[in-house]
Amino acid sequence: MTAPVPPPAAEVKAGLDERAGATRRNAQRAWWIRLAIAAAGFIVLIIVVNAFSHGDFLTVGNVRNVLRQITYTCVSAVGQTFVIITGGIDLSVGSIMGLAGVVMGIFANAVPLDNGPLLFIVTMIVGVAVGAAAGYINAVPVVRLNLPPFITTLAMLQIARGLAFILTNGKPIQVNSSAFNALGTGELFGQIPYAVVLMLVVVIVFAIVLTRTRFGRYTFALGGNEEAARLAGINTKRTKTLVYVLSGALAAVAGLILMARFGSAAPQTGVGYELNVIAAVVVGGTSLTGGRGSIVGTFFGALLIGVLDNVMNLLSIESYTQQIVLGVVILLAVIADELRKRLLAR
Amino acid sequence: MALLTMTGIVKTFPGVKALDGVSLRVERGEVHALVGENGAGKSTLMKILAGAYTADGGSIAVDDRPVTIDGPRAAEALGIGMIYQEFNLVPDLGAIDNIMLGIEPRRGPFLDRKAAQADAARVLAQLGNLLPLDRPARRLSVAQQQMVEIAKCLVRKARLIVMDEPTAALSDRETDALFALIATLKAQGVAFVYISHRLEELPRIADRITVIRDGKAVETRPLAQMPQDDMIRLMVGRSLDAHFPELPPVGADAPVVLAVEGLAAATHVNGVSFSVRAGEIVGLAGLVGAGRTEIVRAIAGADVPTAGSVTIDGARAHIHDPRSGIAAGIALITEDRKAQGLVLGMTVRENTTLAHLAAYSKGPFIDRRAENAITTKEIAELRVRTPSGEQLVRNLSGGNQQKVVLAKWLIGHARVFLFDEPTRGVDVGAKAEIYGLMVALLAGGAAIVMVSSELPEVLGMTHRVLVVRDGAIAAEFARSEATSEKVIAVATGVAA
Repeated sequence: MTAPVPPPAAEVKAGLDERAGATRRNAQRAWWIRLAIAAAGFIVLIIVVNAFSHGDFLTVGNVRNVLRQITYTCVSAVGQTFVIITGGIDLSVGSIMGLAGVVMGIFANAVPLDNGPLLFIVTMIVGVAVGAAAGYINAVPVVRLNLPPFITTLAMLQIARGLAFILTNGKPIQVNSSAFNALGTGELFGQIPYAVVLMLVVVIVFAIVLTRTRFGRYTFALGGNEEAARLAGINTKRTKTLVYVLSGALAAVAGLILMARFGSAAPQTGVGYELNVIAAVVVGGTSLTGGRGSIVGTFFGALLIGVLDNVMNLLSIESYTQQIVLGVVILLAVIADELRKRLLAR
Repeated sequence: MALLTMTGIVKTFPGVKALDGVSLRVERGEVHALVGENGAGKSTLMKILAGAYTADGGSIAVDDRPVTIDGPRAAEALGIGMIYQEFNLVPDLGAIDNIMLGIEPRRGPFLDRKAAQADAARVLAQLGNLLPLDRPARRLSVAQQQMVEIAKCLVRKARLIVMDEPTAALSDRETDALFALIATLKAQGVAFVYISHRLEELPRIADRITVIRDGKAVETRPLAQMPQDDMIRLMVGRSLDAHFPELPPVGADAPVVLAVEGLAAATHVNGVSFSVRAGEIVGLAGLVGAGRTEIVRAIAGADVPTAGSVTIDGARAHIHDPRSGIAAGIALITEDRKAQGLVLGMTVRENTTLAHLAAYSKGPFIDRRAENAITTKEIAELRVRTPSGEQLVRNLSGGNQQKVVLAKWLIGHARVFLFDEPTRGVDVGAKAEIYGLMVALLAGGAAIVMVSSELPEVLGMTHRVLVVRDGAIAAEFARSEATSEKVIAVATGVAA
């Protein structure tokens, strides 16, 4: 047996360039095919649903309604996606929505600013700061003492909720200013709700952050192999802290959307929402064991759950049954992820 | 009638023949020492005996009756007890609960605590009643934990106890106590297979000695007929005919690149000093657990140094984590590429640039064009066999994975390369390529430290050999004077 003589490096390189291009093209093609199949499936589903709902589903008003419904879940789920990709979890997002909302409500009523955009912006900054601070507090024991994030964020779930009740004496706060009406009920060009615009901006910006920046790459590396990331000189502590801060901040933005929509901030706002948020991330294909996931997937996860809710409402399926269907969908999503992993492992 | 007869045992792992027809006979009440280099096959053989692995070929007989050992329970039923170097105790249970774990006497559905205590007490009396019974296992000393392990074997009526490096973590006094205990049990007819790297202690304890080399039992002799020199010769007796490239000589005026002074770390690094010059490879030899890996990890900042200094190109480097190590010009190529070197779920490209991503970025954004270019270049130069840079590293072979690890560090222009077992689990062809790469790094004026458990590699691919023992450097040999015998003698504590 004669060993093949290795080709000169230059030739190998040329061949590789060609092959690398081909693989990239193949990967892109596969991606487009998958997207096309998914889109086709979606369209068929929508047509069927539309028929069953006697044409109620495919109205501009209803589509707008579905998108508006998913805004706060989706915005918070974007932050949660970063956390879950690192292999962590943030259970406190629902409580942070409530706490940030309450703080923003009190602040907006207290500051002597007119009802203009300045009040809106300053209030938003305050709310995001509250969310980011809560996220930072979540991260400290995780990063410093290596405590499980399940526990630290569970503690924050209780603490933030308790604070929201203390700050309001347990009563909802009426927001007097009209500065939030645009976000709550307004529509761009009279068609697209501003909340939906905000959601799309968040999705696009953080999809870019996750896939195109060093921070995004380090987020994946942390979830894929934390020790290898550390030994590669990555500041794993900072990256980990940042994802919890981001999750807290985006939960606060979700709280802002909720406050704007209702024109008030109630201390019990967002109770149990963390589960919807995590469900959207998981249904969107992000792996709970970390290392894999996408923001676009999370958007579609939130959309799928929103559409399901809406359809079941239109078909007058009772709410108990709706819960069962939602549970089954989450289970199917995780099973699909597990099967995919096993296929890869072979 | 022999207690245990293993005949022609064969065990193959992917790419390696770990055992190549080993035979071993242990008599009743005998202490049978098993010696050999790292990776010779001692542990594999014992794991087959304990039912942790299944042999691919050969036969085992107990009391001259052929037996099949298809799991730990089968081994236990045959009276074979195994005490691994890492103990298998439940840290929060006390001695009695640990001893009786899995064989708890029951009365109906309930645990019969009295019966358990009686059973354990009988065995503990045999061992001299030296164990505190009210303490959880994790608060016992290593010697006490070992005693619990021995009691576990005895209560299961073991007639043969295998001990893997039992004295590795014991003080001299504890070692004396262990040897006395072994002698007592031996008098009661219990046989031992005693695996140890500490050749100097064998005369105190062993009746016969078997030397294992390259997956074969090369010789068994009574202790009296096995002087240490013979033992060492039999352990290494392999020709150094592996193909190593010519190392360019280090110039007499070559500057010192890496100087380590009194380095210490909590991970068993106790005051290490040495220096490496430009264009020089220094090998760290020694037994597994001697502290070689810990030394290079402390230099690179992977573990936090507690004392000492590291100087690179004459400038003091303040290294306290991997990031500062990389900034100082150090590249650590870790021994376990899957756990420490690679993110398996990422692509070749993403792994290649992971440690130097800032150099392939514009602001916070990754420059994909630059990233693709460097990846393609490294794949070609290192001949990584992958369809493209977009392949997941998980799907590459061991040798190609190792090349990706190398690519990750080569693109950083480090001054000091610390290679920890660079060719472990790598096929012969890739091995030669890795050696060639090291020579190329030397030509660029880098300094290299290589940790290796393969003596031929240490002797063939270095300018100088430092022998590590107990977390410190025990001896230094120039390449011309280094021999396997000398290195092993120092590593095992036979020579100073």
